[in-house]
Amino acid sequence: MLITLAKHKRKTAEQVLQHPSGDKRFKILDTHMKRHQFKADALIEILHRAQELFGYLDNDLLLYIAYSLKLPASRVYGVATFYHFFTLKPKGAHTCVVCLGTACYVKGADKLIAAIQDVARIKPGETTPDNQVSLLTARCIGACGIAPAAVYDGTVTPRQTPESAAEKVKGWLSHGPERAAAN
Amino acid sequence: MAAKTLTIDGKEVSAAEGATILEAASDAGITLPTLCHLEGVYDVGACRMCLVEIAGTPKLLPACTTQVSEGMNVTTTSERLQQYRKMILELLFAERNHVCAVCVANGHCELQTLAYRQGMDHVRYDYCFPKWDVDITHPLYGMDHNRCILCTRCVRVCWHIEGAGTKNVAGRGAKAQIITDLFQPWGESDTCTNCGKCVMSCPTGALFYRGATVGEMERDRSKLEFIVTAREKKQWIP
Amino acid sequence: MDLNELLQIKEKELAAQKPHTLRCCMAAGCMSSNSQAVKDGLEKAVADAGLSNQVEVRGVGCMKLCCQGPLVQADPAGALYERVTPPDAASIVGTLLGGATHVGKGDPHDPFFTKQLSIVLANSGVVDPERIESYLAADGYTGLHEVLHEMTPKDVVEGLVKSGLRGRGGAGFPTGLKWGTVAKSPGEKKYVICNADEGDPGAFMDRSVLESDPHSVLEGMAIAAYAVGADQGFIYVRAEYPLAISRLQTAIRQAKQMGLLGSAIFESPFNFNIDIRIGAGAFVCGEETALMASVEGKRGTPRPRPPFPAESGLWGCPTLINNVETFANVPAIIRRGADWFASIGTEKSKGTKVFALAGKIKNTGLIEVPMGTRLRDIVEQMGGGAPDGGRIKAVQTGGPSGGCIPADALDTPVDYESLTKLGSIMGSGGMIVMDQTTNMVEIARFFMEFCMDESCGKCIPCRAGTVQMHHLLTKIIERKATLRDLAKLEELCDMVKHTSLCGLGQTAPNPTVSTLRFFRHEYLELLQPDTHGPHGNGAVTQPPVPA
Repeated sequence: MLITLAKHKRKTAEQVLQHPSGDKRFKILDTHMKRHQFKADALIEILHRAQELFGYLDNDLLLYIAYSLKLPASRVYGVATFYHFFTLKPKGAHTCVVCLGTACYVKGADKLIAAIQDVARIKPGETTPDNQVSLLTARCIGACGIAPAAVYDGTVTPRQTPESAAEKVKGWLSHGPERAAAN
Repeated sequence: MAAKTLTIDGKEVSAAEGATILEAASDAGITLPTLCHLEGVYDVGACRMCLVEIAGTPKLLPACTTQVSEGMNVTTTSERLQQYRKMILELLFAERNHVCAVCVANGHCELQTLAYRQGMDHVRYDYCFPKWDVDITHPLYGMDHNRCILCTRCVRVCWHIEGAGTKNVAGRGAKAQIITDLFQPWGESDTCTNCGKCVMSCPTGALFYRGATVGEMERDRSKLEFIVTAREKKQWIP
Repeated sequence: MDLNELLQIKEKELAAQKPHTLRCCMAAGCMSSNSQAVKDGLEKAVADAGLSNQVEVRGVGCMKLCCQGPLVQADPAGALYERVTPPDAASIVGTLLGGATHVGKGDPHDPFFTKQLSIVLANSGVVDPERIESYLAADGYTGLHEVLHEMTPKDVVEGLVKSGLRGRGGAGFPTGLKWGTVAKSPGEKKYVICNADEGDPGAFMDRSVLESDPHSVLEGMAIAAYAVGADQGFIYVRAEYPLAISRLQTAIRQAKQMGLLGSAIFESPFNFNIDIRIGAGAFVCGEETALMASVEGKRGTPRPRPPFPAESGLWGCPTLINNVETFANVPAIIRRGADWFASIGTEKSKGTKVFALAGKIKNTGLIEVPMGTRLRDIVEQMGGGAPDGGRIKAVQTGGPSGGCIPADALDTPVDYESLTKLGSIMGSGGMIVMDQTTNMVEIARFFMEFCMDESCGKCIPCRAGTVQMHHLLTKIIERKATLRDLAKLEELCDMVKHTSLCGLGQTAPNPTVSTLRFFRHEYLELLQPDTHGPHGNGAVTQPPVPA
C-alpha cells in the first residue's frame, strides 16, 4: 500500500511507523496488538488500551493503529468517534463524571451539574482553560442505589449534594498544577 | 435455484430464491421509493423509504434487505405507508439545509424527485438549520454536508467497488457525518484515488464535480453498474 | 476434573468453614462507600481479638439493600449491620464475644428481604465472587457436569422449553425456542454471546450479578454452548463496570485452571472458551445486531432482521445471544429441574425477575421476586413507599424503552404481558419510583434526550425523528407549543415506532406515549392557544422545495 503513495506522503507514513523508537508506550501497544494477532475485530480493545496508555486518542495514534491493523484510517476514526468512551482531545488533570441515569436524575443530578458549572465555569464535555478539571456526564454508572452519584478521578462517590460536589471541584481548582503533578 | 411465488400488490410474481422483495418488485414493473439503495453495492436498509407491509408480519420490513419467501403477500403502497414515507422525507428536509433553488443537483436530485412523487409539498416540522461545512479542498470534487442525507452510498462504493476506504461515517446520531480519512480535508487525503465513484453515487447535491453550478450536477450511475456487472460476470478476464 | 474431584473441593471448602462468618458486601455500590476499608478493619479486629480460628471475614457480592451500604451480616446469628464505617469493625467483632454495638442494625425480617425469592441472586451476598471454591461449595458447576454426562443437547433445549424461561433482556422471547433455533441452524462454527451491556439508566441488576456471582453466568453460557453446539463465547460488558470486568476475568481464569472452561471439559469431548469484550459507551449496543457489530470491532450500528442472529450472526455464523440474568437462571433450572422452575410465576411468565429499585423510595437496592408479584407489593411493602411522607406518583420500568405506570395501576402484576398492556415493558429490570414532585413531561423529555443522544444515526426516523420529538417536548415545556404541536408529536411517535430499524428507535417514543396516556393533563396545562395558520409551523414560512 505504501508503494503507491506519493513521495512526500510516504515520508509522513514512515514517520508515523517510526513512532515506537521514540515512545515506549507504542511498544506496549504493539505487544497488545500482537496478542490480538493484529486482527481487525480487536479494534475496540486496542483503542481501549491506547487510551489507557496515552490518555486520549490523537490522529497520529489512530493512524498508527490503522496501519498496524491494516484498516482504512477513516474506519478507525469512525469507530473512535462512535463510542462515547473514547476521547480525541486531552482531558484535564482531574475528571469529574456526574451520573445522569434516571435514578440520579430524579434525585437531582442536574443540580449537581449546575453547581459544578457555576464553580468551574465549564459545560459538560469541556475542560477548564488551565487544564485542571474536565466535567463529564455518564448515562448510568449503575450505582442507582446510592444516587445521586459522581465519579471523582475514578472513585465513585455516593449521595452527592450540589454543595459537596462544588466543594470537591473547588478544591481541585484552587490547588494548582503542583497538586496535579503530585498525583 | 428454486423459484418462489409471491404476491406483490395483488400481482402474482415469481422470483429466484434469495432475491429481495425490491428485486422481485422491480422485475414485475413495480417501482418502490428508495434512497439508500444503489445497484451494485450491498443494501443497509437505512432510509426506510422502501418499507412494505407483509401479511402475517406485525412489523414493516424494508424491501431492499428482506428476501422473498413462498406465498408471501406484500403490499407496497397503502395510505399508512405513504404517510410514513412523506413524514420521513419531511424529517430529512428539516434535518439539514436542503435548499433546492440554489443546489447544484436541482432537477437531478433523488431526494427532490422522491418528494415530488410522494406529494410532500411542505414541511410541518421546524427546520434545524444546522451549521455544516462545505469541503472544496479536493481539486476535482466537492462535498457539501448541508445536503447530505447520510445514505452511506459513497462510503459503500468507496470501500466495495473502489476498495480505497477513504470515506466513512464519524460520530453518531444527528451529529454523524461523512469523513475522509482521519476527518481531514478531502484534498489532503492520502488514500483517495480521485476515482469519482462517490460523486457518481450521491443521490443529492452533497457530492459534486467542482465547477458545477445550480442545476448542472448530473451523474452517470450506469458507470457504477457497468463496473460491478463486469466484475461479477468476469467480463474483463480474457 | 471429574465429578469426584469437584465434590472433594466442595467437601473441603465446607469442612474449612468456621463457626462464625462475617459477610461484608464488596459490590460496586458498597465499595464506593468504602467497604474495602470496612472489610480490612473487620479482618484486623478478628485477628486482634484472637478469633482467627473462629471467625471468617468473607467479601461477598451484593447484599441487596444498597441504600444502607456498606452492609455487614453476621452468620449464623443473622444480624445485619448498616452503613458500617471502618472504626465500627471492632465493636461488630465484639458482639461475637457477647459485647454490644452502637452500629445501626437492619431488620432481616423486613418485607424487603422476606418477600424476595432468590434464584438468580441465590449466591449473591453469600459466596465469595473471587474464589471459585466458594461457588463450588454452593453446588456450582454440577449442572454443567450433569448436562455433559447425562443429557444430549436436545434434552437440554427441551428442558429449557419446558421450564418456560423467557429472555430477561427486555422483549421476553422464549429462551428454549431461541436455543432450539440456533441448535438447528446449519454451520460448523457457532457462537454464544452474553449481553452484559446494561445500558438502561437506572438498572444495575446485571452488574450486580456479574460482580456477585460471575460463575453462574459462565456455567449458564457453557450449558448453552453445549446445547447449541458452540465452542466460543463472548461476554460483552460495559466499560463503565470495571469491577464486574475484573471479577469476570478472575472467574474465567479460575474456571480455566480447574478445567471447567477450555478443552475437554469434565473429561468430555466438549470444548468451550469465553472471551470478554468491553463496550465503549453506546446504548445502542444492547441491541443484538449492533452488539455483534461491536464485537467485530465495528461501529455499533444495527442491521435489519431477518436474518436473525440465530441463523446469521457473528461473522455470519449462527449465534445465540442472551442477557446476563437469562444465563444466570440456567444452572438452577438444570440442577433443580424444569418443573420446579415452571411452578414459579404466572402462566405465561415463569420464574423470578430481578429489579433494581431506585428513585424516590425508602429502600433502594436489588430485589428478586416471583413473576406476577403486584407492583404495589414491590414499591409499598418492599420499597417502603416514598420517603419523607411523599406520595408515589408513577413507577417507570424498562428505561428509555419503557413507560411510566401511574400510581392507580399499581395493582398490576409484574409479568411481560401486563406491563406491555400498560404501554411499558419489563425491560431489563430497572424500576424507578417517582413522587409528586416529578414533572412527567420533563421525564418524557429526559428519556427522549437520551434516545436522541444514543441514536446511532443510521436510519432516518430514529436519527431525525428523535430530534424533532425532543424539540417538540422542549417547546411544550417552555410553554411555546400549541395543540397542533401535540398532534405532531403524537403522529411522530407513531411513525418512529413503526418505521425505525432497531429496537432503540422502535421503543424511543414509549416514555412519551405512556406519559401522554396517563398524564395528559400535564401536557395540556402547558399548551398555548393556537395562533398560527392552517400549516402553522412557527419557525419558517418558506417551504424548502419549490412546490
